[in-house]
Amino acid sequence: MLLVVDHVSCIYGADTNMPVAALKDINLVIKEGEFIGLIGHTGSGKSTLVQHMNGLIKATDGAIYFHGQDIYDGDFDKKNLRSKVGLVFQYPEHQLFEVDVFSDVCFGPKNLGLPKKEVELRAYKALKQVGILDEYFYQSPFDLSGGQKRRVAIAGVLAMEPEVLILDEPTAGLDPKGRDEILSMIKNLQKEMGITVILVSHSMEDVAEYVDRIVVMNKGEILFNAEPKEVFKHYKQLEEIGLAAPAVTYIMEKCKEAGIPVSTEPTTIYEAKQEILKVLVQRK
Amino acid sequence: MLRDITLGQYYQTESVLHRMDPRVKLAGTLIYMISLFLYKNLTAYILAFLFLLSVIKISKVPFKYMVKGLKTVMVLLFITSIFNIFYTKGEPLFTIWKFVITKEGVANAVYIMIRLSFLIIGSSLMTLTTTPNQLTDGLEKLLGPLKKIKVPVHEVSMMMSIALRFIPILMEETDKIMKAQMARGANFESKKLMEKIKAMVPLLVPLFISAFRRANDLAMAMEARCYQGGEGRTRMKPLVYKKIDYVAYGVLIIYVASVIICGRLIPIHLL
Amino acid sequence: MGIIQTKNLVFEYIRRDEEGNVEGFTRAVDNVNLDIKQGDFIAVLGHNGSGKSTFAKHLNAILYPTEGAVFVDGKNTTKKDNLWDVRRTAGMVFQNPDNQIIGQVVEEDVGFGPENMGVPTKEIWERVEESLKAVGMYEYRKHSPNKLSGGQKQRVSIAGVLAMHPKCIILDEPTAMLDPKGRKEVIRAVRALNQVENITVILITHYMEEVIYADKVVVMDKGRVAMEGTPKEIFSKVDKLKELRLDVPQVTLLAHELKKSGVKLPDGILTTEEFVKELSKVFGNR
Repeated sequence: MLLVVDHVSCIYGADTNMPVAALKDINLVIKEGEFIGLIGHTGSGKSTLVQHMNGLIKATDGAIYFHGQDIYDGDFDKKNLRSKVGLVFQYPEHQLFEVDVFSDVCFGPKNLGLPKKEVELRAYKALKQVGILDEYFYQSPFDLSGGQKRRVAIAGVLAMEPEVLILDEPTAGLDPKGRDEILSMIKNLQKEMGITVILVSHSMEDVAEYVDRIVVMNKGEILFNAEPKEVFKHYKQLEEIGLAAPAVTYIMEKCKEAGIPVSTEPTTIYEAKQEILKVLVQRK
Repeated sequence: MLRDITLGQYYQTESVLHRMDPRVKLAGTLIYMISLFLYKNLTAYILAFLFLLSVIKISKVPFKYMVKGLKTVMVLLFITSIFNIFYTKGEPLFTIWKFVITKEGVANAVYIMIRLSFLIIGSSLMTLTTTPNQLTDGLEKLLGPLKKIKVPVHEVSMMMSIALRFIPILMEETDKIMKAQMARGANFESKKLMEKIKAMVPLLVPLFISAFRRANDLAMAMEARCYQGGEGRTRMKPLVYKKIDYVAYGVLIIYVASVIICGRLIPIHLL
Repeated sequence: MGIIQTKNLVFEYIRRDEEGNVEGFTRAVDNVNLDIKQGDFIAVLGHNGSGKSTFAKHLNAILYPTEGAVFVDGKNTTKKDNLWDVRRTAGMVFQNPDNQIIGQVVEEDVGFGPENMGVPTKEIWERVEESLKAVGMYEYRKHSPNKLSGGQKQRVSIAGVLAMHPKCIILDEPTAMLDPKGRKEVIRAVRALNQVENITVILITHYMEEVIYADKVVVMDKGRVAMEGTPKEIFSKVDKLKELRLDVPQVTLLAHELKKSGVKLPDGILTTEEFVKELSKVFGNR
C-alpha cells in the first residue's frame, strides 16, 4: 500500500466558537500505479484532503501512512514526503517566479539538496515529459501561453520525481483542446512512468475516460469510492450533491426511458456508439 | 494563520455604531486617540477604558473576534514597551545583568502598553463597524476642503478603500503560494537570516505579479463601469447627519471634557 | 444598423524584445465585420488566444481599433465624446469575479456604476434592487462579496452592469473560473436577462453547452471570424470545430459518430431530447 489515509478528520478553527469540520473520518487506500479521480464540488473537502497527503496540513485526528510509515512520527522526514508525494496546486502557473523556464523547474530538485548536475538532468527530463520544446527553456516563463505555463509548473513538481502525483484541477481555465492535451499527458505519465496519479476535479466528464477509480466527496465525507461505471450508476444521487454524471450516462438513460433497449453502462462516446450500433444490428 | 488578522476588516451586524455616520466615527477615533495622549495618569486611562468598553458593547462586535485579530499586533506592542523599561532613567528598582530597571521605566512601559492597545482597539473598532466605502466617503467629505489646494482627496480615499477590500484576497493568495512552494520543497522556516530572505523570493515574485494582474483587471473593470474620478459622481449612500450622529458628537464632547477635567484635577499616578 | 456593428475591425499590438526594441506586430483581431441586432443572444467561441477577448474589449471602448471602426448604438467608439455613452450602452462582465467587485458589500458594489454615472440617490437604490432581483441575489445584498461562491460573485458582477441600464451586455468568459454549478447559475441568469429584459447578450466562452441557446454563434480563430451561424449550423460541422481546437456537446458528437457509421440521423443535434427523438425514429422505421 503506497498511501493509506486512516480515519482522518480535520477541523478548522477548533479553538473558536465556530469550528468547521473540513474532513470527517476519511479512509482511503491508494495503491501503486493507480489513476484516481477525486471528485467533489467547491468546498467538499477534496483540496483539503490532498493537502493532508503530502503533510501540508496536519490532521486533527487520524493517521496517514506512506509506504507503511506514519507521517506524523517524530522522525519522519517531511521534506522527503513532499518530494515523494508531489502536489500541483490549482492554477499552478501562479507560482512561477524564476527568470527562465529551466531555472524555475530546477527549484524543486535544488531544494532537495541534489548535486547541480542531477538537478539539471531532472529538470530537463521533466520538461521533456510535459512536452515543452528546447527553444522555450531559456525564455521567461511569463512570456509563455497559458497552457505552456501550466505544463512548466507541472514539470516543476515532476522534477522532484514523485511517486505520487496529485493535481488539483489541472485543466481549470483551459480551452477544450488544452484540456485534452493536459489530461492525455497525465495519463501518459501514469502509464509510461508508472507514477500514481490523483486527479482532483469537479467534472466527471473530464476524468471518466482516464481514471481507474473515482472517489466522490461531499461535505468532508467520502460518498462513493469505486470504478467509474459503478459510481455513475448513482447519477441521481450525484445530482443531488451538485455533481453530474457524464453526459453520455444521461443520454443512455433517456434512450432507455424512450424504449430503446440500450444498456446504461457506457460512459464515453466510443462505448455509447458501440452499444447503440449493437442494439441496432440486433434489431435488424 | 495570516487570514486571522482582523485589523481593517468589516464585521457585518446591526448596531447603533454601524448605522452612525462615518464622519462621526472618523472624528471620534481621532479625538479618542488624542485623548489618550493628553495626560499620563490613571484617571484619564480609566475614563478612556470605560469609554472604549461601552463603545465595544454598543458595537455588538464580539470582543473575542476583535482580540483574535490583534494578537500579532499585540506582540509588537509588547516588545515596544519592553524597550521602554530599559531606556528610561530614574529610581532603580533592580538590576538584571547590565540593565538597570527603574520605577519610571516600568511605569512608562505600562502607560505605553495601555495607550497603544487602546489606540489599536479603538481604531480597529472603526474599521470593524464601517464599510470601506463608507470610510472613503467619510474621509473624502471630511478632507473635502483640501481639494481646494489640489490634494487628490477622492483618489486617495478610493485607493484606500480598494486596498482594504483586497487585503483578505491577497492574504489568502499568500497562503496558497506559500503552500505551493512548500510542495516544491521550499523552506520558509529557516533560522538563518540570509536563507530566510532568499526563501522570500519564490513567495514575493508570484505575489507581486498577481497583485499587478489584479490591479490591472480592476482598473479595467472600474473603467468599464464608467469610473472617471470624483467629478460628477453621485452617492448611493450620501452622508447626512441624523439625530444619532449629533448625540454621538455630544457624547464625544462630554468624554473629552471629562478627561480634561478629571485628568487635571484628580490625577492618580502609578508611582 | 444594429446595436453593435464592427466594420473591418483590425487590432494590432507591437511586440518588443527584452531591450524594448520593436520585434514586430501581432494582429490579434483581423478584419472582423459583425452586425448585432438589439435583443439578440450572440455567442463568440474560440480557443485561448483566438482573439475573442481582444475583440470583446473593443465593444466597450477598453481597446480601440487599429483599423476599421466599432459602432455601439450608432456611436463610433474611437470618438472621445462618445466614450461614456458607449460604456453605458454596452456593459462588460469579466472573467475573474474577484477582480471586478469594488464594493465590500454586495449592494454597494452594484451601486458603483450608477454612482459614476451621476444617477440620483433614490434612483440608485431602485436600480440596485431591481438588478439584484433580476439575477436572484437580492437576499445577499448585505453580504460581503468575499463570502460568496464563484457563481454568486459573478451574478453580482452582472447585477453591477445591469444597474447601469445597458442595452447590451458583453460577458468575457464569465464562467471560465467557476465550477459546474456556478456555471449553470450564471448562464441561467444571462438567459433570463436576454429573454425577459430583452437585453442584447454577447457571450464569449469556450464551453459548448453554453452556446446552444444562442441565436447566433460566431467562431473566431487567429483573430478572424472562422464560422458564423445558428448553433445547429455550427455544430453540424464537427470536424471543422475540432480543427479549430474546439469541442462539440457530447450528444452532438455521439450523433455525429453514429452518422459516420451509417445511422440515419440529421446533422447538428444539440440536446438529449432531440437525440432520443431522432434515434427513436430510426428504431421505429424498422
